[in-house]
Amino acid sequence: MYVAVKGGEKAIDNAHSWLAEERRGSTDIVELSIAQIREQLSLAVNRVMAEGSLFDPDLAALAIKQARGDLIEAIFLIRAYRTTLPRFGYSIPVQTGDMACDRRISATFKDAPGGQVLGPTFDYTHRLLDFKLAADGNDTVAPMAGPRTEPTPHIAEFLKGEDIIQDEPTSDDLPGDLTREPMEFPSTRPLRLQSLTRGDEGFVLGMAYSTQRGYARNHAFVGELRIGKVAVEMDIPELGFAIEIGEVELTECETVNQFKGSKTEPPQFTRGYGLVFGQSERKSIAMALVDRALRWKELGEDNLGAPAQDEEFVLSHADNIQATGFLEHIKLPHYVDFQSELELVRKLRREAEERITPKEAAE
Amino acid sequence: MSEYNFAYLDEQTKRMIRRAILKGLAVPGYQVPFASREMPMPYGWGTGGVQVSAATLTPDDTFKVIDQGADDTTNAVSIRKFFENTAGVVTTEETEKATVIQTRHRIPEAELTEDQILVYQVPIPEPLRFLEPRETETRKMHALEEYGLMHVKLYEDISQHGAISTSYAYPVKVSGRYVMDPSPIPKFDNPKLEMDAIQLFGAGREQRIYAVPPHTKVVSLDFEDYPFEATKADHPCDLCGAEDSYLDEVIMDDAGNRMFVCSDTDYCRSRRAAGHEGRLAKEDAA
Repeated sequence: MYVAVKGGEKAIDNAHSWLAEERRGSTDIVELSIAQIREQLSLAVNRVMAEGSLFDPDLAALAIKQARGDLIEAIFLIRAYRTTLPRFGYSIPVQTGDMACDRRISATFKDAPGGQVLGPTFDYTHRLLDFKLAADGNDTVAPMAGPRTEPTPHIAEFLKGEDIIQDEPTSDDLPGDLTREPMEFPSTRPLRLQSLTRGDEGFVLGMAYSTQRGYARNHAFVGELRIGKVAVEMDIPELGFAIEIGEVELTECETVNQFKGSKTEPPQFTRGYGLVFGQSERKSIAMALVDRALRWKELGEDNLGAPAQDEEFVLSHADNIQATGFLEHIKLPHYVDFQSELELVRKLRREAEERITPKEAAE
Repeated sequence: MSEYNFAYLDEQTKRMIRRAILKGLAVPGYQVPFASREMPMPYGWGTGGVQVSAATLTPDDTFKVIDQGADDTTNAVSIRKFFENTAGVVTTEETEKATVIQTRHRIPEAELTEDQILVYQVPIPEPLRFLEPRETETRKMHALEEYGLMHVKLYEDISQHGAISTSYAYPVKVSGRYVMDPSPIPKFDNPKLEMDAIQLFGAGREQRIYAVPPHTKVVSLDFEDYPFEATKADHPCDLCGAEDSYLDEVIMDDAGNRMFVCSDTDYCRSRRAAGHEGRLAKEDAA
């Protein structure tokens, strides 16, 4: 008779068992190891680290395995784990100018100190399925050169000498921490950048693309894109100086944007900035474009009403863990509110019919 | 799960949340921003309520979780299990025995006492959100007590439909000052918002906590000629015969026959245990 959902606990346990079985797939196939994921699906690992805001390739690989390859689910696992970690302190800012670059390109200068270094890029691959990979794998060994030893200064520094690019204000103020303070608007640039770097790659990409198509176009050149490892240093109070505690791989993109000047600023080039964990080119370029679009107020530009200029809109919707949670919560039971809507619609219909019927009778 | 702190959150975080709760209690109905943490369950699934419960629970508490009024809905089961594992607190399905009750979408039918705390899960804490999507604007409207937009919305409802077409998450004014979203409870529950227990509201994704202290005046917004009306399905419960409880409508067969049962499972159970019977009580037993 009355068959409301009972025994939720048993159902949940069984669902979890089934999920675990599906995750494993056919046992005729060798199980994936964390090391395989870390080494061979490294760009997925990078995305999970970037949007999970935790640099740990092994944990990211574990999350990808546990999430059956659903990267947003994996990012969620990393975020939830990250929250439980104690905070010892903050590192001193990393020096990306000292990065050991695997890749460094500029679209604005044919050559510059440090040179153009293509690195391991998909850029000029022809997107043809490589059936050899399916057949017998690939043990390609790339030709090796000696290590690059020349300094690789930021390209924007050269423009700065000519006083033709907008100067970035420097400050020793401690930036806010998105994960420790609730987001409030208007925000600050450090918080915007924190939000964008952990924001959903697809969302940030879409926002950036919209600026290219004319919604607050800011005509970006990739002044520089660099990928490589940087040292992380931290001040140790007991020692009285900073020591290196590790290194992280980063992708940094600085755009140089056309700018005719505004009410407050002379004609000059302006800048957008993207910095993302791991090799995450698409994300860092997109981040730089959105950063630039969000700087309209600071640069005295007009608000064109474009979505990418709207800080509250962009930052409130960039986080895929927030978005996916709220989106998917509509799967949860809503019997009670639905019931109250049912009654309301029935009542409104009844009243509407009553209003119509006597009129017809009179006619 | 001894590797986690009592009730999962670390003490620093709990302290931060308690401060927000105390501020909320001091300014009834005001939405206090707090640095919501990423919890091991999705945003939108009760992370705000879970954080408030975690900051509220002590080892001596008895904890109850309901979703849609029921203890056995899947997400209620999941949250109860979370606190059984991480806090080791005693749990109960009996409203009277609980000291902390976490709820989604309902207020229990049984009157709560001053020894109890009711924690609500809140999806969108801002009552003005669907009239004005910008937080920067709505915070200003609250600060200036500028609630004209809400009254216009209610008025337009009446002029279009002949009635206020809000049936849940019906806005209230708390202590004569802040307009507050009581979370998506049916408006049937609104009169119960004036109670002896402490009411805490947690919105994790939106990073807000707010509160209604005991014995605080909570008024559902309305007009003199269109007074607020707490409504429910016009039936008694088919299992326990209760006339005064909020009912779920259940489809029973292919012919579309319906039955109505209490959404508050504990209320229904305790009434049946006391010998009350509804229209279909005998069949259910069979």
